[in-house]
Amino acid sequence: MSALRHLPIIVILIPLTAAYIMPLVGYKWKRLCNSFAVIALLLSFLGSIALARLVLINGPIHYYMAGFRPPWGIELVADYLGAYMCAVISFITLLVALYSREYITKEVPEPRRPQYYTLFLLLTGSMMGASVTGDLFNLFVFFEILSISSYALMSISGEGKALLAGYKYLLIGAIASSFVLLGIGHLYISAGTLNMADMFVRLPPLYSSWTVLAALALLIVGFSIKTALFPLHVWLPDAYTNAPCSVPVLSTLVIKVGAVAIIRLLFNIFRPSFVIETIPMTAALSYMAAIAIIVASLFAISQRDIKRMLAYSSVCHVAYVILGIGIGTELGLTGGMLHIINHAITKGCLFLCTGAIIYKTGVRNIREFGGLGRKMPATMGAFTLAALSMVGIPPTNGFISKFYIALAAMTAGRPVLAIVILLSSLLNAIYFIRVINITYFGIPEEEIEIDEAPLTMLYPMLILAACCLIFGFGAEILLTILKPAAQALLGV
Amino acid sequence: MEPVHSIRPVLAILASLICAALIVITGERRRNLREFWTLFASLSKYIIVASMFPLVYHGGVYEFVGHTIVPGIELSFRVDAFGMFFAFLASMLWIPTSIYSIGYVRSLHEHAQTRYFFAFAVCMSSVIGIAFAANLITLYIFYEMLTMATFPLVIHKETPEALCAGKKYLAYTLTGGAFILLGTAITYVLTGTLAFADHGILMDHGTPEMLRALFVIFVIGFGVKAAIMPLHGWLPSAMVAPTPVSALLHAVAVVKAGVFGLIRVVYYIYGVDLMRELGLGLPLAVAASITIIVGSVLALKQDNLKKLLAYSTVSQLSYIVLGAALLTPSATAGGIIHIANQAFMKITLFFCAGAIFVQTGKKNISEMNGIGKTMPLTMICFSIAATGMIGVPLLCGFITKWYLCVGALEAGYLIFIGVLLVSALLNVAYFFPIIYNAFFMEPEKGAKMHNDPNWWILLPIVICTLGVVILGVTPSVPYTPLRLATIIVQQVLG
Repeated sequence: MSALRHLPIIVILIPLTAAYIMPLVGYKWKRLCNSFAVIALLLSFLGSIALARLVLINGPIHYYMAGFRPPWGIELVADYLGAYMCAVISFITLLVALYSREYITKEVPEPRRPQYYTLFLLLTGSMMGASVTGDLFNLFVFFEILSISSYALMSISGEGKALLAGYKYLLIGAIASSFVLLGIGHLYISAGTLNMADMFVRLPPLYSSWTVLAALALLIVGFSIKTALFPLHVWLPDAYTNAPCSVPVLSTLVIKVGAVAIIRLLFNIFRPSFVIETIPMTAALSYMAAIAIIVASLFAISQRDIKRMLAYSSVCHVAYVILGIGIGTELGLTGGMLHIINHAITKGCLFLCTGAIIYKTGVRNIREFGGLGRKMPATMGAFTLAALSMVGIPPTNGFISKFYIALAAMTAGRPVLAIVILLSSLLNAIYFIRVINITYFGIPEEEIEIDEAPLTMLYPMLILAACCLIFGFGAEILLTILKPAAQALLGV
Repeated sequence: MEPVHSIRPVLAILASLICAALIVITGERRRNLREFWTLFASLSKYIIVASMFPLVYHGGVYEFVGHTIVPGIELSFRVDAFGMFFAFLASMLWIPTSIYSIGYVRSLHEHAQTRYFFAFAVCMSSVIGIAFAANLITLYIFYEMLTMATFPLVIHKETPEALCAGKKYLAYTLTGGAFILLGTAITYVLTGTLAFADHGILMDHGTPEMLRALFVIFVIGFGVKAAIMPLHGWLPSAMVAPTPVSALLHAVAVVKAGVFGLIRVVYYIYGVDLMRELGLGLPLAVAASITIIVGSVLALKQDNLKKLLAYSTVSQLSYIVLGAALLTPSATAGGIIHIANQAFMKITLFFCAGAIFVQTGKKNISEMNGIGKTMPLTMICFSIAATGMIGVPLLCGFITKWYLCVGALEAGYLIFIGVLLVSALLNVAYFFPIIYNAFFMEPEKGAKMHNDPNWWILLPIVICTLGVVILGVTPSVPYTPLRLATIIVQQVLG
C-alpha cells in the first residue's frame, strides 16, 4: 500500500525522467530511442491502470509532494477524472510511440529523432501532470511544459511551412499562457492560495468581486485557446497540416487536457452552482461550442487536404466535449468526458491511418486517394471504422458519446443543442463518407505499386480501430469511472 | 404469460454475423464453401427464429437483456408477436433469396462477390435485430447498421450512376436516422424509458403539441425507409443495385424496416388510445393515401421494369401505413399481413425481372414483347404475382384489400375505400400491359430466343409464387400471417 500511495507521482515521473535520459540514449545508442520510449510509456500505462483501479476502490488519492502539506507544498489529486485522463493519455501515447518506430524514419530527419522522443515523453508526462495536479500554479507549469513541447513537435520536420505553423502556434499559445497566468495572479491575490481545494472553500464570499470574475474570464479565454475552441482555434489547422501525423494524435490529447483544465476551473475551483446559475458561464460555453461544431464541420467539408480536414474535424469534436461540459448536468459531463477518450481513439486512428497512407504514397489530397482501399485493405478498413465512429454510426463508440450528449441536452431542456449534435453528425457524414467513397470506388489516377503499411504502424491502428468497437459495445467499462467522476465534480 | 429469458434472439442475430465473418475469411478462392456459409446462415437463422415461433404464437414473449447504454436504457431484445412476424418473414425469404443470389451473381459473373455476400449477411443480422429490438435505441442501432450494410450493395456496380444512387441513399437514410435519434431522445426525456409496450408509453406525458411534433419527427425519421412521399426519392435510384438486392432489401427488409419502425412507434410508443386522442391517425392515413395514388401514377410512366416495381413498392408500402394509421382492428390486421403479402408478391416480381435480365440482358418493358413465349414459367409466375398486386381474389393481395376496406368502414372513412379502388385500377393499368405484351405480342424479328433460367434462379421464383397462392387460398389456417396478425391486433388494440 505504501508504494501504491506514490502512484500519482510515479506515473508522471516515469515519462518525465525518461525524457531527461533520452538525449543521453540518443547520443550513445540512436537505435534504442524508440524502444526506450515505448518501455517508459508501457510502464507509465501500467501504472495508470493501477492508479485508476486504486482510485476506483479507495476513492481519490491526495498526494503531497515531498510530504509538505498545502498551502506550503504542492498537492496532487488523483481523483476519478485525473486517473481516467492518465489512463487515456498513457494508452494513446504508448500506441503512438510504437507507431513512430517506422513512421518517423520518413518524416523526421535522423539527427532530430532523439529530440522527437524527448519532446514526446515531456509532452506525455506534462499532460498527465496537468490532469492530476491539485495546485493551480502547478497546472500552469505543466501547461507550459506541454505547450512548449508541442510547439517544438509541430515543427519537428524543420520544413519552412512547419516552422511557420509552429511559430504561429507559439505566438497564440504564448498569448493563452499570459491570459492563464494573469488569471491565476488575480485568483491568488483574492484567495491567498494556489491550492484548488482551498480556493474552492475561500472563493464563494468573493464571488461578487470584479477581480475574481476577471480571473474567471481570463482563465476561460486562456484555456479555450489551448483547447482550440472556435473562434480561438486558428492555430490548430495549420499546425496539424504541417506536422508529422503522429503529432496531431498527441495534440488531440493536448486539447483534451485543455478541456480538463476548463472542467477543473469550473467545478473544482469555482462552484457548479456559481458557474451554472449565478453567471451562466457553462451556458455561454455550450453555445460557443454549438457554433464551433457547425462552423468547423462546414470548414472540414471544404477541405481537400486530408490532414486539414481531420484538423477541422478535431476542432468540431473538441467542441462536443465542451458542449457536454457546458450542459452542466451529470449526463452532460459524463458524455463530454466519454467523448474525450472516444475522440482520442477515433481521431488517433484516423491520423495514424492517414500517416500510413502518406508514408506509403505521399499523397495528401483526398481526390487522389482512388483505389487505396484495395491496396491497403487493413489501413483503410481501420480508417473506415474510425470514420463511421466519427459520424456516430452505432455500434461504434462515437455513437455512444454523441447519444449521451444529445440526450443530456434534451434532458436539460435545451433541444437546440441536441439538434446541433445531430446536424453535425450529418455534416460529418458528408466529409467522411466522401473519403471512404473515393478510397474504395475512386479510380486511381496512376497505378502505383504499394502494399500494406509496416506491422509496427499497422498494429496501433488496428488496436485503435478495435477499441472503436470495444468501447461502443462496452461503454459500461468507462462509465464505472466516469459516473463517480461526474458526480464528484458536480458535488452530488 | 411471463416473459421467457432466452439467448435465442441474440443467436438469431449472430448466426448471420458470424457467417459474414466466415464469408470474408473464405473469400473468392473457395467460392463454393463461401456460398455454403450463406446458405448455412440463412437456414440456421430461420431455424432459430422458427424455434421461437410456437411460444410467441400462443401469446408468449422471449426476452434478453443486454448491457446498459445509458442509465435506464439497455441493449435488449424482446420477441413479441409483431417482432416475430417480421423476423420470421425476413428470415424465411432470405433462403430463396440466397439461392437466387448465387444463381444470379454466377450467371452474370458479378465482381466483388465476397463483398456482396458479406454485406447481405450483415443486412440480415440487422433486420433481425430491428425485429427483436426491445426498445427504441436498440432498434435505432440496428436500423443504422442496416443503412451502412446496405450501402455496399446499392453501389455494388461501382458505376457513376450507382455511386450517385449510393450517395443519395445515404443522404436520405442518415438524415432519417438523425430524426429517429432526436425523437428517441425526446421520448426518453418525456418518459424516462424507451421500451416498447403493448399500449404505448407516452400516455400522460408531455403536452399534446409536444407529442404531435414528436410524432412528425418519428414519421419523417421512419418515413424515409418506408418511402412515404416526399421521402421516397432514394428508392427508385437504389434500383441500380443487383436484382436480388432489390428483391430482398428493397421490397422486404429495408423498406419494411421503416414500416416496422413506424408501426412500433404508432402502437408501442404512442398506443392506440393516445393516437386517437391526439388525432394523429387521419393525417398519417392521408399522407399514405397520397403516396398510394401518386406512387402508382408514377409507376405508369416507367419503362424500366425495376423502376416500375420500385414505384409500385412505394405505393404498396403505404397500404401498410394506411392500415396502421386507421387504428381499427381490421385495418391494422390488413396493414400487418400486407407486410407478408407484399413481400411475397414483390419478391417474385423482382426475381422475375432479374431472371429476364440474366437471360436476355433486357431492362426495359418496351423490349420485352413476346417474352412469355420463350420464358413461359418465369412470366407465368410474374403474372400471378402481378395479379395478386391488383387484388384479385384467391391471391394474397386480395386478403389485404379486403381487410383494409373493412377497416376503412370501421373507421368510418369511406374515402379510403375509394383510394384502394383507384389504386387497384392503376395497378391494372401498369401491370397488364406487361403481361399482355409478354404473351400476346410477337417478338421482334431476328431476336435471339431465350429459355427459362437455370433452377438456381427458377426455384426461388416458383417457391415465392406458391407462397402468393397459398396465402391467398388458405389465409386463415393456423400459423399463417393472418393468424399472427390477429394475435398482434388483440395485443395492441384488445
